[in-house]
Amino acid sequence: MYAQLVTTEGGTPREGMSDQERAFQERIDRNEKIEPKEWMPEGYRKTLIRQIGQHAHSEIVGQLPEGNWIGRAPTLERKAILLAKVQDEAGHGLYLYSAAETLGVSRDELLEALHSGKMKYSSIFNYPTLTWADMGAVGWLVDGAAIMNQVPLQRTSYGPYARAMIRICKEESFHQRQGYDIMMKMCAGTPEQKAMAQDALNRFWYPSLMMFGPSDKDSVHSEQSMAWKIKMNTNDELRQRFVDQTVPQAEYLGLTVPDPDLRWNEDKGGYDFSEPDWSEFYAVIAGNGPCNAERLGARVKAWEDGAWFRDGLMAHADKARARRVAAE
Amino acid sequence: MSSEWPLWEVFIRGQHGLNHRHVGSLHAPDAEMAIRNARDVYTRRNEGVSIWVVPSSAITASSPSEKGPLFDPANDKVYRHPTFFDIPAEIGHM
Repeated sequence: MYAQLVTTEGGTPREGMSDQERAFQERIDRNEKIEPKEWMPEGYRKTLIRQIGQHAHSEIVGQLPEGNWIGRAPTLERKAILLAKVQDEAGHGLYLYSAAETLGVSRDELLEALHSGKMKYSSIFNYPTLTWADMGAVGWLVDGAAIMNQVPLQRTSYGPYARAMIRICKEESFHQRQGYDIMMKMCAGTPEQKAMAQDALNRFWYPSLMMFGPSDKDSVHSEQSMAWKIKMNTNDELRQRFVDQTVPQAEYLGLTVPDPDLRWNEDKGGYDFSEPDWSEFYAVIAGNGPCNAERLGARVKAWEDGAWFRDGLMAHADKARARRVAAE
Repeated sequence: MSSEWPLWEVFIRGQHGLNHRHVGSLHAPDAEMAIRNARDVYTRRNEGVSIWVVPSSAITASSPSEKGPLFDPANDKVYRHPTFFDIPAEIGHM
């Protein structure tokens, strides 16, 4: 998802737990929220920093592929809407960074880890946005996949994370609908416009399926994260839900999902579908996607180019404070 | 290495005359910028009519480990709730 392949720190098996660890696990089992200054196992804290941090980074890096089209939106209204959406993503990043900071990591440490490549962001943002139809596909599919994951996370065990998710989910449905609205418009347009919409779906379908991460059978630490309730569903469950929800939406648009093996399975009450190419996923995660260097480069440049501005405002604030103290 | 902007806690009063409520936090160099940033991140959809910002460092919080003893005095005083008292039905609403 926005957090993929997060390494979970090993927890203690229930029988070997100390009293403190057992009491902690029992609170989670009772659906109590864990709050910042409360005792928590070190593994829980570290795993959450990784997961929330990666999620925050994804929101911020996710601004880039869409920012690419703000200056070229087809109408002033579309431009204003896209601008508002991209601004929301900055807000989502902020809510999540703030949640991570309550675990004892600083904002600068998180950004430094992103810039040095030590922390990742979602693989999806390493794909280019080539046409305006991609803005439709990103909102519809990428934000749609994100919602799939974020709605259950509103019930996650860590209070600040759950509260950030609640705010984000409220805003996210605007994102998905604006994307689908773009797709509807394109699909009702000229044959060339509809072909652009189909092309966008073709390119974003499998990368969207990858957002949920590899199959659970290959996901070693899922179980511990689920016991801690920082992962609420398995990757495969969420992927299935996403496909079941999205296929009828594609049919409504008159578009074809680029999977010849896609078919309804009456027995399981869901679609059978092809797995994405996981070797591509691992290559993108490892830094070899089409836009990895460009995305990270843009983030690092923004951080470095903004240093004088951040320092300037801080110097001004310090001076103003000193002046106030002197006047008192 | 530049120094990180301080952290501020943000409180918003919603439309309907309720108390300011904690909505989150943000970094800003000073109070004025904190208010401006809070406007941009926490009231993009008309969520508020008033904003307070407080330096996070100025907040003193009760300690989670003392939760038991701190709130214990309230536990055995059920008579503080109106439903403790049985009022005959013929009295009507009270």
